[in-house]
Amino acid sequence: MKLMKQLLAMATIAFATAAQAAPAVEAPDVLVKRISQDVIDTAKNDKAIQAGDIKRVTELVESKILPYVDFQRMTALAAGRFWRDATPDQQKQLAAEFRTLLIYTYSGALSQIKNETVEFKPLRADPSDTEVEVRSQVNVARGEPVPLNYRVAKTPAGWKIYDINVLGAWLVETYKSSFASEISKGGIDGLIKTLQAKNKALASRPAAKAK
Amino acid sequence: MSESTNKPQGSLARIGLALAIAASVSACATGTNPRDPLEGYNRAMFKFNDTVDQVALKPVATAYKKVTPSFVQTGVGNFFGNLSDVWSAVNNLLQGKGEAGLQDVVRVSMNSTFGILGLIDIASQAGIPKHNEDFGQTLGWYGVQSGPYLMLPLLGPSTVRDTAALPLDITGDPWRYKDPVNVRNIGTVTRVVDKRAALLDATNLMEAAALDRYEFIRDGFLQARESKVFDGDTDRRDRKVPKNDTSDYEPEYEAKPQPANDAPAATAAAVVAPADLVTSGSNTVASEARPQE
Repeated sequence: MKLMKQLLAMATIAFATAAQAAPAVEAPDVLVKRISQDVIDTAKNDKAIQAGDIKRVTELVESKILPYVDFQRMTALAAGRFWRDATPDQQKQLAAEFRTLLIYTYSGALSQIKNETVEFKPLRADPSDTEVEVRSQVNVARGEPVPLNYRVAKTPAGWKIYDINVLGAWLVETYKSSFASEISKGGIDGLIKTLQAKNKALASRPAAKAK
Repeated sequence: MSESTNKPQGSLARIGLALAIAASVSACATGTNPRDPLEGYNRAMFKFNDTVDQVALKPVATAYKKVTPSFVQTGVGNFFGNLSDVWSAVNNLLQGKGEAGLQDVVRVSMNSTFGILGLIDIASQAGIPKHNEDFGQTLGWYGVQSGPYLMLPLLGPSTVRDTAALPLDITGDPWRYKDPVNVRNIGTVTRVVDKRAALLDATNLMEAAALDRYEFIRDGFLQARESKVFDGDTDRRDRKVPKNDTSDYEPEYEAKPQPANDAPAATAAAVVAPADLVTSGSNTVASEARPQE
């Protein structure tokens, strides 16, 4: 009996450590695949999300996507060479506002998910790579499949997404010159203000129409 | 193949026209982005297009989307999509992409027959993927650089290369030869409205996401187009167009204004010369004009 108990205890410990170790060694493509499958399944089956309930969508984004996104890095890349001139406080504010903007945008996209399926392409990377590109495509009902790629980097807290590519355009790259021109007009604070105003307008927007 | 090399020369006049526009507006160019030396003109045209869209096209497309049954919309999209597959096939074959080209040929023959004149896209259901190829992509595939960003009246975002290729794309569109003319015109309007309707969600989304819609659309378009030319295969692109990696914290480009006179010259070089000539030759103007992708 004692032996049984000990075995059981050991098995439990082994299990627990394995479970803990699992997220750390999860390959980047496996991670992205898991997140996207999870998000799509939830979005498809949630009536409130399908109806465009922005609050529900935001909850989904915050619980399932945000933990795996490195907003700091994303913002730093979009700000380019201006990032180093910004004070730590400005950096924090900028990343927070950019994050809010992206949540609003992606919330809109998520409520449009219907019959799409996602197909992942084989990962072309070395096991020792710390930055990889995960490639997938969204098969839509009409027209060409939409390429959807992710840049993922290894961080102490596991793999994190720091850039997304839709239809061949990288998110960071697309924001870069808008950021640069806002900064050249009103400095980092000017950009933060513009983002704040934009987010405010989006927040007060009439509840997203589900179409 | 000889046909393909002859035709661009046939449309030289039109290239000339594009360049003339480029030259005439470069005087008032305000762009600091090296890929968009014609920003002053482009922004004005963007505003014009946007007004037309807001006043006419978008309301009509919105109504169309609301009123027409979705199977009709799918049918319309499929019908014109099937026609455009013909030109895709030609361009895929011109690019030496045999498999994709054959797939397009099979798509057209399947959809035109079993798919009832293209109304049903059974080829996609059978797993034969659709590729949208045009002559601008064919030029790009062989290394012709895109040249500056160019906003066309009514047609929207383009580049100098793709504008030069446009007359051929129009010639390669089977619907152009549809008789009688009134049917052709009604069809063309339907096609445009249907296309706009399909983009409604995307453009609404873009309005939410963009800080400056002009810049957002420009930077998104240029990247997407570049990726389309090389079918998302960055390796091939990198072989053709050497470029700096954008994924670090280094400054991408110094936003220095280009001397206005250089723009048309760079344009001409970018349109006419294959990339190999531009990069290996002594023509530094062209490569200087677009140091950043």
